[in-house]
Amino acid sequence: MQAMTAPLLEVESISKRFSGLQAVDTVSFAVPRGAIVGLIGPNGAGKTTIFNLIAGVFRPDAGAIRLDGVDITGLRPDLACTAGIGRTFQVVRPFGALTVLDNVMVGAFRRTTSPSEARRSARQILERVGLADKASAVASGLTLPERKRLEAARALATGPKLLLLDEVMAGLRPVEVDLMVRVFADLSREMGLAILLTEHVMRAVMALSHHIVVVHHGQKICEGPPEAVARDPKVITCYLGASRATA
Amino acid sequence: MLTYVNIVVAGLLTGCVYGLMALGLSVIFGVIRIVNFAHGEMMVVAMYAALFLNQRLGLDPFVVMPAVAAGLFLAGYALQRGLINRYIGRPEHQQFLLLLAVSIMLTSSTLMAFGPDARSVQLDYAYDSFEIGGLLVDKVRVLAALGAVVGAVMLWMFFRFTRTGKSIRACADNQVGAQVVGLDVKRLYAVTFGVGAACVGVAGTLLLLLVDVQPYIAADYTLLAFTIVIVGGLGSMPGALLGGLLVGVSEALSGFIIMPSLKSLFSFALLIVVLLARPQGLVGRRA
Amino acid sequence: MMLDIQSGVSRRSAFAIGLFVVVMLVLPLLVNAYVVSVLVVVLFSAYLGQAWNVMMGFAGQLSLGNALYVGLGAYASAALFVHYGLPPWIGMLAGMAAAGIAASLIAALSFRFGVTGVYFALLTISFAEFTRIAFDHVDWIGGSSGLFLPVVTLDHDDLLHLRGSPAMFYYVLLALVLSALAFSHLLLRRRVGLYWQAIREDQAAAQALGIDVFRYKIAAVALSAVMTAVAGGLMAFYDNNLYPDTIFAVSRSIDIIIAPIIGGLGTLFGPILGAIVLTMLSETTTNVSASLGVNGLKQWIYGASLLVIVMLQPAGLWPWLKSVLKLDGVR
Repeated sequence: MQAMTAPLLEVESISKRFSGLQAVDTVSFAVPRGAIVGLIGPNGAGKTTIFNLIAGVFRPDAGAIRLDGVDITGLRPDLACTAGIGRTFQVVRPFGALTVLDNVMVGAFRRTTSPSEARRSARQILERVGLADKASAVASGLTLPERKRLEAARALATGPKLLLLDEVMAGLRPVEVDLMVRVFADLSREMGLAILLTEHVMRAVMALSHHIVVVHHGQKICEGPPEAVARDPKVITCYLGASRATA
Repeated sequence: MLTYVNIVVAGLLTGCVYGLMALGLSVIFGVIRIVNFAHGEMMVVAMYAALFLNQRLGLDPFVVMPAVAAGLFLAGYALQRGLINRYIGRPEHQQFLLLLAVSIMLTSSTLMAFGPDARSVQLDYAYDSFEIGGLLVDKVRVLAALGAVVGAVMLWMFFRFTRTGKSIRACADNQVGAQVVGLDVKRLYAVTFGVGAACVGVAGTLLLLLVDVQPYIAADYTLLAFTIVIVGGLGSMPGALLGGLLVGVSEALSGFIIMPSLKSLFSFALLIVVLLARPQGLVGRRA
Repeated sequence: MMLDIQSGVSRRSAFAIGLFVVVMLVLPLLVNAYVVSVLVVVLFSAYLGQAWNVMMGFAGQLSLGNALYVGLGAYASAALFVHYGLPPWIGMLAGMAAAGIAASLIAALSFRFGVTGVYFALLTISFAEFTRIAFDHVDWIGGSSGLFLPVVTLDHDDLLHLRGSPAMFYYVLLALVLSALAFSHLLLRRRVGLYWQAIREDQAAAQALGIDVFRYKIAAVALSAVMTAVAGGLMAFYDNNLYPDTIFAVSRSIDIIIAPIIGGLGTLFGPILGAIVLTMLSETTTNVSASLGVNGLKQWIYGASLLVIVMLQPAGLWPWLKSVLKLDGVR
């Protein structure tokens, strides 16, 4: 019974310093199984650094990160992926010269060595994100919204337990945002996939997240369900400035 | 003991000229980020130009040097502006092939114009030497080194004090920012290449005082320039000079201590170690 | 550029490939001995280019020191034959092992220390040059005076000992080139090939997808080296003599890479096309400048042609030819 309720991702007091700047300062939070958690905060708050710490790009100076009970602190990015972390990048990084299908197959090969298996799996995922008709297109020819979906599809193909979405809505029009929100909500529900997302597009965060964590200057200042967080004076202060909060 | 000191001094003096040659490469790579595989070839062209003027007009290499430097500047400017500029963002192998083609054409042009035999410049003072303490130093070597140092200082002054020089440094630091501020990056790159070529023009003229010129020595000097720039540190002017001195001395010493045929072995071993252990070179900063 | 594994090879392309193979098979029977020897040069160039292409075109690592592996393959098989009478094919295995180990070491060191791009290229040159100078001083293999294989005149081709006519070498090399093609084609369709291309495109993204970039890059370099060493062994027996200054030369390394770049990096047929074009170019310029008697003209035309090609078709001649002949689905 205990195992069922234990969180999928446990981030425990992680810190990271970059020559003089404390980017992340003793941050702790958890992502429950199958939940969608939003990580928000003003620019420079440390959100992407936290992502990079979880995904293995950097090693935390202190603290621990556990996925499904397994310690993944400081694991190399490829090993973190094998452990079950999938991630997208803030500035999309498609394999430009390869086709859309091949891009996703690269991800799919994490779970199988058979090309036909990988192809099948990749096609399925492309269906889900709505890129099936672009399968043979060369990735460098895609529009930005399409690239974002490709990036997500590619990460999904690795079969992650936890998907890290780094500002995946940035640059999208409201209509496109709504589409993406639907895609991820469906995915999470149907696949039991846990998602940790950072966003500036509040519309998406509020619509998707079950739980929100707010960071500012590298520290967690608040967490809770979306409505509660939106009303929290500390949160309003950090986004809008002190005078507004007291008004 | 004295022999060693003599050799080290000779190496240091030659090293100054090497340093100037490497400076040209460092400037080009540091600013434009193009690997100039035709660097040695450009220098050999300069050497032949100086030789030609010397033999035709009977002028001392030091006298023709400004003309050679100016000519190389113009050629470098044109080459960058007209040809190389398009390849700046392109994949490395394309840049490599482009400059390789240029280097082949330069070498074959000198071969066609001057033939394969080694040539040297005739100087009245070729065999003069200074005696300082117990040291015996070739006059040519001292003059060449002085010329190199003067050239380096002028280069430094160009980058430090002139408007164009400062603009180039801005470009190197932050290309996008430079454009935003309104700098004509294309023109500045062309000037940079021209300046690098002029360096090589001066270095070549000076080197002519010390060695014979032949079309085929170009490739060795390209490699030498790269070795120096890596050891000293890419993008660092003092680094290029320091690297030049180090290589000059090690070349002179190893040629004397170990078999001459093995002396390059040492420089390649050094290059390997530096590339692995400290790619930013002795003076450079980590990118 | 990427072969969409789904669409497969069109009928037109399959015909073109088949025709190409048939032509290559019968060619020696139709032309004189001189042309055969030129074709041998083409095939060497094509094969070496293909081997380099594995490292560069597939995994994106620019090596300018492949002559090192040619030399190791050559000296291993030649020295073992001269001193111990070992058949060249066995000696070649030793050469392949030596090349593979050397390449893995160089790659491991480079990537561990973060040496990439131009720095990696310079590192490979340094290792090749270092080895060249070192071999100049090893007497067991003849040093700088060279290693000579005993010349025998036989009335038949001895495949086991690689003693025979240029035509024999032609067919051995043709088999090698075709197998290299088939092998590369196979690799590209499998996980390792796609992983390599992902690494070439974007290492960080590849790593985020679970690819052990370090290991795969070393594998690419090592495979390329092993393939190259085979050509080295054949070269030693074809030329019958071996000098460190020619077999390990930087100019050889550079010659190796020009063909695949001209032909089209990362493509299957690029190296072959490049080899054909460059050899033809070399032959015609030699003839032209010999008749004109100008020293250096040949190189100038060669350089100018390279310049024209890289300016007009920077992606290589094969992609252009492919579109002209409408051959879809072939890399």
